[in-house]
Amino acid sequence: MPGAPFAIEGAMTPLRVNGEHVELDVEPRRTLLDALRADLGLTGAKKACDMGNCGACTVLLDGEAVYSCLVLAVDCVARAVTTIEGLGEGGKLHRLQEAFIAADAFQCGFCTPGQLMALAALFERVARPSDAQIMRALSGNLCRCGAYQHILRAARMARDR
Amino acid sequence: MRAFEYTTPSTIQQAVSALGADSRALAGGTDLLTLMKAHIAAPERLVNVKMLLPRGIEARPEGLEIGALTTLAEIEQHPVIAAGYSALAQAAALAASPQIRNLATIGGNLLQRPRCWYYRNARIDCWLKGGADCPAREGENRNHAILGGGPCYAVHPSDLAAALLAFDAALWVHGRGGERAIELADFFALPAPERRTETVLSPDELVLKLRLPPHPEETRSGYLKAMDRKAWAFALAGVACVLRLSGRKIAHARIVLSGVAPIPWRARAAERELQGAMASPDRFAAAAAAAVQEAVPLRHNGYKLPLTKALVRQALTALTDPACK
Ligand SMILES: Cc1cc2nc3c(=O)[nH]c(=O)nc-3n(C[C@H](O)[C@H](O)[C@H](O)COP(=O)(O)OP(=O)(O)OC[C@H]3O[C@@H](n4cnc5c(N)ncnc54)[C@H](O)[C@@H]3O)c2cc1C
Ligand code: SF4
Ligand code: FES
Ligand code: FES
Repeated sequence: MPGAPFAIEGAMTPLRVNGEHVELDVEPRRTLLDALRADLGLTGAKKACDMGNCGACTVLLDGEAVYSCLVLAVDCVARAVTTIEGLGEGGKLHRLQEAFIAADAFQCGFCTPGQLMALAALFERVARPSDAQIMRALSGNLCRCGAYQHILRAARMARDR
Repeated sequence: MRAFEYTTPSTIQQAVSALGADSRALAGGTDLLTLMKAHIAAPERLVNVKMLLPRGIEARPEGLEIGALTTLAEIEQHPVIAAGYSALAQAAALAASPQIRNLATIGGNLLQRPRCWYYRNARIDCWLKGGADCPAREGENRNHAILGGGPCYAVHPSDLAAALLAFDAALWVHGRGGERAIELADFFALPAPERRTETVLSPDELVLKLRLPPHPEETRSGYLKAMDRKAWAFALAGVACVLRLSGRKIAHARIVLSGVAPIPWRARAAERELQGAMASPDRFAAAAAAAVQEAVPLRHNGYKLPLTKALVRQALTALTDPACK
């Protein structure tokens, strides 16, 4: 989106990203996805369709899974964003990430951060989700490589561990 | 996306005076941002209404009130809606994807613009966007309208609107002249040359809340939706059905179709077949036939007739199954 002239109010956007306070200085038209990737260097959330049609950009906003391509960065004042970079703690992978490795749940890996964040939102709310809950939580994430069965297996492994 | 000014007014009055032809209210943004990214909409100003309008669901003696900012996820999960307004809970659960339902508001859902692929392509001129003609009429129209079509044949994309209409919902809106109430049935109107939109809301009005009138205990309702895939797709056809039985006699019936007309479509002829009649397979077949009796298919969407009929029958059969309540 660079190049075009624009009007801004000059206000900074304060928010929390992966537990840290940040101040974004962005145009109102900047999406949260572009702000994460270009302004904060957090390239885990992927930009594929940019239209809410694929799920690759899924992050948590105040704990809920959302498409960051459909959120304006300026709308995130005082909100908490969690990206795939913030999923593990203390340098250790999250149990969902461990399970994805064990279950071979990716091929190209482009959809993986989004799949993981969609599942992370579910596992935050429900400690032992049913298969139906898992499939529903994943229903907004496409995998162009068709790794669905392995993704499902990984989610079950994380649950049953 | 073109650059725009972003404002966060602190009162509804300020918000309303900031609205107009070149500015838009921003709620969840899930429709507006896709239109702006595709250069279908290019407002000069976005008015953030997220701090201003009501959000939440409240059961009152006058009926169920739903704030305009209530998300589809909240509607889907609310116990009062699941128990007493199943069609609405089901429509919310079948709409879009979890990530969108967490952002999308009910106010924005009613005001979302069509998904017609000609409309959504900025390089194609079309009547709804102010052009002279509708390329869908003779073109690729498999997803288009079989009822109420012309000059525009796009279908209304909302699932929830059909359910809300079947519950006789009303809206409260705020404009420069203050607040007014409007029946949802009057809020939606086929696009016309002087108003190329699907609602009568003017650009400087805000939707505040919705109200569903109270209904007796024994009301049953459901929403069925046919899609190209099992989730995260717009309706090819859908039906919201609200029934009240007294014994096996149908005391009250509302049938509203989605995905088949430019606005959510009340199938009055089907309701007439049911009203006062005994629930029976023949009666349901008659109602299903009546639901599409005025349908005029285009070249590629004739499949919507049997599909819609089947959905109507299936919904009526499920709701009147003596084993179900
Ligand atoms: C990939 C995808 C799939 C989808 N699938 C479905 C589906 O299957 N079924 C379905 O029903 N919907 C579907 N939707 C549509 C989605 O539900 C709507 O985009 C959403 O409900 C709009 O709400 P919002 O709060 O995001 O609105 P916004 O995008 O913020 O606003 C939409 C419009 O309404 C106006 N507006 C919003 N709130 C108000 C208000 N209170 N008063 C006045 N004007 C207002 C805005 O100015 C704008 O013009 C889908 C959307 C996407 C992107
Ligand atoms: S159906 Fe409506 S929106 Fe689609 S091309 Fe025709 S006029 Fe435009
Ligand atoms: S990039 Fe956001 S949904 Fe595809
Ligand atoms: S692993 Fe390639 S898109 Fe899912």
